[in-house]
Amino acid sequence: MKKKVLTVDDSRTIRNMLLVTLTNAGFETVQAEDGIEGLEVLEESNPDVIVTDINMPRLDGFGFIEGVRQNERFRAIPILVLTTESDAEKKNRAREAGATGWIVKPFDPSKLIAAIERVTA
Amino acid sequence: MDMNEIKEIFFQECEEQLAELESGLLRINDGDSDPETVNAVFRAVHSIKGGAGAFGLDELVAFAHVFETTLDCVRSNKLQTSSDLLKVMLKSADVLADLTAASRDGGSIDKSRTSVLVKELEAFAKGTPLPVAAPAAEPAKQEAPAAAAPEPAEDSGFQPVPFSFDDFGDEDDAASPVEAGGGGRSVFTVRFKPRSDLYAKGNEAVLLLRDLAKVGDLQVRCETDTLPPIDQLDPEGAYFSWLIRVETDKDEDAIRHVFEFAEWDCMFEVTPGADEEAFAAQTVLGEDQPMAPVPFDLSMLDDEPAMPVAAAEPAVVVSMPAPAVAEPAANPAEDAPLAPPSLPRAEKAIAAEAEKKDATVAAVPAAPQTIRVDLDRVDRLINLVGELVINQAMLAQSVVENETGGSSAINLGLEELQQLTREIQDSVMAIRAQPVKPVFQRMGRIVREIADMTGKNVRLVTEGENTEVDKTVIDKLAEPLTHMIRNAVDHGLETPEKRLALGKNAEGVLRLTAKHRSGRIVIEIADDGAGINRERVRSKAIENGLIAPDSNLSDEEIDNLIFHPGFSTAEKLSDISGRGVGMDVVKRSIQQLGGRISITSKPGKGSVFTMSLPLTLAVLDGMVVTVANQTLVVPLTAIVETLQPEKKDIHAFGPTQRLIAIRDTFCPLIDVGHILNFRPDLANPIDGVALLVESEGGGQRALMVDAIQGQRQVVIKSLEANYTNVPGIAAATILGDGRVALILDVDAVVTASRGHALSSEMTLSATG
Repeated sequence: MKKKVLTVDDSRTIRNMLLVTLTNAGFETVQAEDGIEGLEVLEESNPDVIVTDINMPRLDGFGFIEGVRQNERFRAIPILVLTTESDAEKKNRAREAGATGWIVKPFDPSKLIAAIERVTA
Repeated sequence: MDMNEIKEIFFQECEEQLAELESGLLRINDGDSDPETVNAVFRAVHSIKGGAGAFGLDELVAFAHVFETTLDCVRSNKLQTSSDLLKVMLKSADVLADLTAASRDGGSIDKSRTSVLVKELEAFAKGTPLPVAAPAAEPAKQEAPAAAAPEPAEDSGFQPVPFSFDDFGDEDDAASPVEAGGGGRSVFTVRFKPRSDLYAKGNEAVLLLRDLAKVGDLQVRCETDTLPPIDQLDPEGAYFSWLIRVETDKDEDAIRHVFEFAEWDCMFEVTPGADEEAFAAQTVLGEDQPMAPVPFDLSMLDDEPAMPVAAAEPAVVVSMPAPAVAEPAANPAEDAPLAPPSLPRAEKAIAAEAEKKDATVAAVPAAPQTIRVDLDRVDRLINLVGELVINQAMLAQSVVENETGGSSAINLGLEELQQLTREIQDSVMAIRAQPVKPVFQRMGRIVREIADMTGKNVRLVTEGENTEVDKTVIDKLAEPLTHMIRNAVDHGLETPEKRLALGKNAEGVLRLTAKHRSGRIVIEIADDGAGINRERVRSKAIENGLIAPDSNLSDEEIDNLIFHPGFSTAEKLSDISGRGVGMDVVKRSIQQLGGRISITSKPGKGSVFTMSLPLTLAVLDGMVVTVANQTLVVPLTAIVETLQPEKKDIHAFGPTQRLIAIRDTFCPLIDVGHILNFRPDLANPIDGVALLVESEGGGQRALMVDAIQGQRQVVIKSLEANYTNVPGIAAATILGDGRVALILDVDAVVTASRGHALSSEMTLSATG
């Protein structure tokens, strides 16, 4: 069965890149534009793994991750954070919020898939 | 979707982000202190940077990064906004737009301007004693302002935090390998003991081990000593640790890389060499050996039947990879609420599968509020609706001709059809309608640049930005608008010193307004500057031979002289209004859009330019006329009035030219049939109708046609697209009877007629 990935990113460009990359790699992909929509889509779509941006309107990545981790049903889902550069401070905050790992933007498809495979069975 | 399409989307998105950025900065400039505004501005730059990185647009990334860093200081209240800062930021937004455009269209950008701004931005971000250039310095730059901004005194003492994750993935630098059995392979011993946090964050020991198995050959032993009896087991606790022997041709970093995500939530160490002693302590299961059963007593579960066991770890020792291990480590979210541990595995799997199925059905993506549609598709639709309109008109006509009109049912149906067609047409046109906002926003930048160049203080106020108009009109609006804005700042507004001396505010105000008025869009550009210097305009016009020295012109007529071809009030050619482009070009481009432009001016108080444009270029209100047995359409916007010439009004002017006296003015009379070569000889004006039209120079012309058939809305069909460009003809349309009618290009006809009578008519029409 196809693995389902939820991507949360406010940039249409990045959303499309994720969609293409993930689809080509054989993943099913659902998308949201910010943390709030992310939490909504999460409930509906029951993904296997989440890839989220940090800087987003309404609810940012940190808040979104905390939201997922507080959700009884979904708290154990692996969450990968998209960070623009190897920003130690942001990574730490994402970890504290409960991120599983991270992907450094700009990502190449193989790195993205490798990171996803590392956290999904 | 391929990469190019995504790139296209990226640039579209950049446009939006840039608009967001600029309007956000302007709001902050106007005193908006909402943190969300700063956040939005930050996100805009951040988003551009992120996308640019994905496409390897390094220059764009580098600049966006510096900009973002400074914005981050503002966002975290480490940097107070000031008007100086906002000036720099607005300029930076402009440069960012340039860089984006250069990335998209090629071309170069002003590197010195960029580097100056980089320095300024970094100076604002403070405490950045780092060299300007080099994206290589990025991680350090990112850190520096954040730590140093609150206390400048700390600047010198600040050291960027060293950061250790960067070097993962470099697999070439070998770390003291210990040779094992030749072939350049080394052996490492890995000790790995997760904390419960590791599981809480969604990491999974088995996956890490599986990943590690890709690095080299593993021997894995799971230490289960600390596993408590099951009644004391915390289902989310972490009890196991692993001892792993890795034989690999890669180095230590490759191993560390695997545990990259986990290393904060576990005890983890890698030592070169094999720890045979530790492995000897217990037997290690080989790959082929069956999985050892986990010894636990199910009867213990009776006390707490519902206790989830999912997070409990595989209590086995195996060689990797071993799929069986994955099962006990299954996702707790999936199984925990449904399946008590005593449930047989098969049932559990069915339950999980069922749950997944439910979820798939429920997986509906959130409904978007807007969709993006290819412009071509919209245009195709518009075209089809145009055909529909024509078809409907033809149907109506043939009903009338066949006198089946007697049936009220047919008439009623036809009327309804007509109404529906009209509604469909309006709705389709509305799809192409766009707010003028993006164009208005671009003007902000133009104003800033010219204000900078001329040393004037200008505030641009925009109103009615959400007024909608056809996209084609918007696209063609930017150029004339830019020119008028430049003119207004360059010529209209005074220098701050002069303004102060005149008792005005040092800052000039330029007001850009859009509104709908009777089916057209009206755009006004109003400045509070000096107004038109009529003396200067007049003397210039005389100098250029546009008017006779003794002409008696009204103020309005003088003001309108600036639209005359070849007229330019700029006494010296400047960067801004040089290039030999005058207001006549502005006027012509607006007329090409079927628009009109006028000016009103009050000395010392300022000038107002008013443009009025059609809402769409796809349909046109036209007057259908007959010329030499041909049916032509004259755009209604061009026509001032129609009149029936009388013999006494017609005066010969040279061998081929005729003038018509209209009230107190003489106006050149143009025989449309003759100009278009429909007939060799001039027709007798008495037999025809004169259409008084406004021409470029502000003067009027009378176009002579044979008869007027009526007024109607016509669908414009491009001649260039279907045939070829014909001088004097703007486009074509199809009438209700199915015949093609040509739409007259009034300006072209007037220009063609001017070959015979050039400068004289200006004088004639202006005097009087």
